[in-house]
Amino acid sequence: MNGAGTLQLPPQASTVAADIDALYYFIFWGCAIAFILVMGGMFFFMAKYRRREGVPYKPSPSHNTPLEVTWTVVPFLLLMVVFVWGFKGYMDLHITPANAMEYSVRGKQWLWQVNTPGVSTASVNEMVVPVNTPIKVLLQSDDVIHSFFVPDFRVKMDAYPNQYTTMWFEATKTGEFDMYCTEYCGTEHSQMFGKVIVKTQAEFEEWMGQNTGRQEDQDPAEYGEGLFVSKTCATCHSIDGSTALTGPSFKGLWGSQESLADGSSVLVDENYLRESMLEPNAKVVAGYEGVMPTFTGLLTDDDIFCLIEYIKTLQ
Amino acid sequence: MATQVEDINPDIPSDVNYLNVTKGLKSWLTTHDHKRIGVMYLYSVMAAFLVGGMLALAIRLELLSPGQTVMSSETYNQVFTLHGIIMIFLFIIPSIPAALGNFIMPLVIGAKDVAFPKLNLASYYIWVVGAIFTIVAIITGGVDTGWTFYTPQSIRQSGSVIWMGLGIFILGFSSIFTGLNFLVTMHKLRDPKIGWFDMPLFCWAIYGTALIQILATPVLAITVLLLAAEKIFQVGIFNPALGGDPVLFQHFFWFYSHPAVYIMILPGMGVISETITAFSHKPIFGYRFVAFSSIAIAVLGFLVWGHHMFLSAESEFSTMIFSFLTFFVAIPSAIKIFNWTATLYKGSIALTTGMLYTLAFLFLFSIGGLTGIFLGALSVDVHLHDTYFVVAHFHYVMMGGTVMAFLAGIYYWWPKITGRMYPENISRFACLLVFIGFNVTFLTQFVVGSKGMPRRYYDYLEQFAPLNQFSTFGSWILGAGILIATVSLLWSLKNGQKATANPWGAAGLEWKTGSPPPLENFHELPEIKHGPYDYDYLYGGQKPTRH
Repeated sequence: MNGAGTLQLPPQASTVAADIDALYYFIFWGCAIAFILVMGGMFFFMAKYRRREGVPYKPSPSHNTPLEVTWTVVPFLLLMVVFVWGFKGYMDLHITPANAMEYSVRGKQWLWQVNTPGVSTASVNEMVVPVNTPIKVLLQSDDVIHSFFVPDFRVKMDAYPNQYTTMWFEATKTGEFDMYCTEYCGTEHSQMFGKVIVKTQAEFEEWMGQNTGRQEDQDPAEYGEGLFVSKTCATCHSIDGSTALTGPSFKGLWGSQESLADGSSVLVDENYLRESMLEPNAKVVAGYEGVMPTFTGLLTDDDIFCLIEYIKTLQ
Repeated sequence: MATQVEDINPDIPSDVNYLNVTKGLKSWLTTHDHKRIGVMYLYSVMAAFLVGGMLALAIRLELLSPGQTVMSSETYNQVFTLHGIIMIFLFIIPSIPAALGNFIMPLVIGAKDVAFPKLNLASYYIWVVGAIFTIVAIITGGVDTGWTFYTPQSIRQSGSVIWMGLGIFILGFSSIFTGLNFLVTMHKLRDPKIGWFDMPLFCWAIYGTALIQILATPVLAITVLLLAAEKIFQVGIFNPALGGDPVLFQHFFWFYSHPAVYIMILPGMGVISETITAFSHKPIFGYRFVAFSSIAIAVLGFLVWGHHMFLSAESEFSTMIFSFLTFFVAIPSAIKIFNWTATLYKGSIALTTGMLYTLAFLFLFSIGGLTGIFLGALSVDVHLHDTYFVVAHFHYVMMGGTVMAFLAGIYYWWPKITGRMYPENISRFACLLVFIGFNVTFLTQFVVGSKGMPRRYYDYLEQFAPLNQFSTFGSWILGAGILIATVSLLWSLKNGQKATANPWGAAGLEWKTGSPPPLENFHELPEIKHGPYDYDYLYGGQKPTRH
C-alpha cells in the first residue's frame, strides 16, 4: 500500500489493517458484481421490454421456486463467509497481547488526555507510542460518551464515564496519524481531535528521557503561548476578543472585573486564573455554561505560572 | 374481448366525489373519511419534508468548506438534530402508511373506510400536537443532542430536550393508533371475496408495518418518559453521576429505533410492488416470497438492535449474535430486490414518472442494502462505525429507498387522489435531477467516511474538503429537483388534465372506481373477477388466476 492509502481507505499503519482491508475489498467486489448483475438485468429489461404500440402481450411465468430458492440460499452462504471473517477480525481487535504497554486515555469535553506509562504529566491530544509494539489503551470519560478513533490503524472504541473500555493496536509505521472523537459529544465535538505520533524505539526512549518542561532561560509568557495551543485552551477561548467560542475570550481579561453566573463578580488575578484551570466550575462566568473540564494533572505548577504570564500579555 | 376492455378502463363518472361532496375548511377538519385524512397527512408530511430538506441544505452549506462557513458550531448541532428529528418522526414514519396507506389500503380491500374513522382523525391531530411540541422545543432554546438523545449528553442539556421528548412521545401514539386501526381494518373490513393472498402486497407491507408500530413504539414512549424522569427527578437510570448506565439508554433507544427502520422502509417496499407491476403490466414475480419476506422483516427487525452498539462495550458474544442476525435480516430484502427485477422480465414497461422513481428505488436501495453488509461485518464496522459511511448508508436506505418509493407512490396514485394528471415531462426531468443530485450528494459520503471522517462534524480537516464540496453541490441539484417536482404537482391540482378512472391500465381494485373516488369509495362494489396483479387476464386473454 502507498502512503496515501487507496481510493476508498486510508493508509494501513497497524498490524490489523491489512486483514480488515482485505475483507472490505472482498465485500466491495462481491457487492459490485451483485449490483452490476441486478442493475444490468434491470436496464436490459427496461430497454428490451419497453412498451411499444402494436406489440401483443405475452404472458410469462410469474413464479419459479428453484430460482427463488437459489437466490435466497446463495446470498445467505456468501453472507456467512463475511460474518465469520468479520467476527475473526473483530476478535483479533479484542484480544490484547499480554506484553502490551498500557496507556490511559481520558475523553473530556473537548480534549483527549493521554497518560503514557512512565511519564508523570499527561499530554493533551497527543499520543506518543513506539513502533512495532503492542499498545493497550484503557479508555474512560470524564463527562459524556466519547469514542477514540485512529483511521490509519482501523481501531475505534467508545469511552464511558462509568466504566473502562479497552482496545489495542500495534503501529507498523512511524509518523503522525490523526485521531478523532467519533461519538457526538456536544458543541465542539469536531474539535476533539489530535495526533498519534509513532516513533522508532530509539526516538521513543529519547522522548521519554527528555525534559518536556520549560528550559530555564525561556520566557514564561512565550512558553505559555505554546501551552495555550498544545493544551487546547484555544478550542474554547479566543485571544482576539471574539465571543463566538464556548468560553470567554482572554483578551483584556487580566485585571478586569468578571461578572459571574451567580450574580457576584471577581477580580481576575493569579489565584482566580489558577482556580479556573484546576476547578473550572467553582466560578462560572455569566453568560457561559460550566462545561470546562479540570486541568488537574494536565498542567504542572510551572505550566500554570507560564499560562498566567501569557494571559497577562493579552491586553 | 369486450369484458377485458371494460375491466381495464371502466367508464366511471366522478362528478360527485370525496373532494367536492362537502365544502369548506370545517368539513375537512372534522372529516372521518380515510381519503381526506390521508390527504391531510399527505400535505402535512410533505411540509415537514420540505422543512427538513431545507435544514439538510443548511447542513451541506455549512460543510462546503472547513471551519465556519455560515453558522456557529452550536447552531450547526441544533440544525442536524432538528433535521434528523423532523425527517424521522414527522416525515418518514407517517409518510407512506399514514398518507398513502390511509388513502389506498381501504380502497384495495373493498372497504368503505378504516375500522375506526374517529380514531383515524384523532391520530392526525395527535401528529399535529406532536409537531407543535417540537416547535416549542425549538423556540425554547433548541436541542443539540442528535436525534438519538444519547445519555448522559442529553441529560446535561437544557430543558428543551424534555419538550422535544414529549413531542416524540405524542407522535408515537399517532403511529400506534394508525397501526392498530389498519390491522383491524385488514382483518375485519376486507371484502370476503378478497383472501389474504389476493391482497395487494402493499397491504402485506402495511400489515407488517402496523405490527411493528404497535409492538415497538411503546418502547420509545417508555424510553422518553424515563429520560424525562431522569432529568426532572434525578432517578439514576441512565445518568452515571447518579449510578445509572448510559448503555442502558442505547438498548432502550435502539430496541425501538431499529424496528422503526422497518416501519420506515416496509411501506416503501409495498409501494414498489404496486408500481412495478402496474407500469410493466406484469404479475408480481413470486407473490408469496414477497409477502412473507415482509413479515420476516417485521419479525427479524426486532432482533438486531444490538448492531448499533458494536462499540458500546457490548460483550463479544452478544456482538457475534447481533452480527449473525443482521446478515439474516438482509436476506428478505435481497429476495424482494430479485423478485422486483424479475417482474420486469417480458413486461410491457411504461417509463412514466412513477416508474422512473420505482427504478431509482431499485438502484439506490440496492446500494443502501449492499453497503449494510460492510457495517454488519464486525471488523470492518469497527473502522466504519460513526463515520460518514454510515450517514451515506442510511440515506441510501431512507431517502434512496423510502423517499423514492413515496414519490413513486405519489405519482402513481396522484390521478386517483386528486382527479388530475401531473405534467409528465417536467416530472420526469425533476426525477432525473433528484436521482443525479442524490448520488452526487451521498455517493461521495461513502468515500469521505471510509477515508475516516466521523459523522456529526461541524469542522473537518483539509483532506476531506474536495469530497465535501462535491457533496454540497449535489445537494443543490437534489434540492432543485424536489422544488420542481413540488411546484409542478401543486400546479397540476388546478391545471392538470382530468384523470380517467384507470389512466395506467392497472389491475388493482382502486382503479375500478372514479378518479377521485366517491365518498364511500365505490358507488357499488365491482365484481372482483381477478387479483391485483392479474395482467395475464387483462391483457393476455388468460383465465383469471387467484393466488
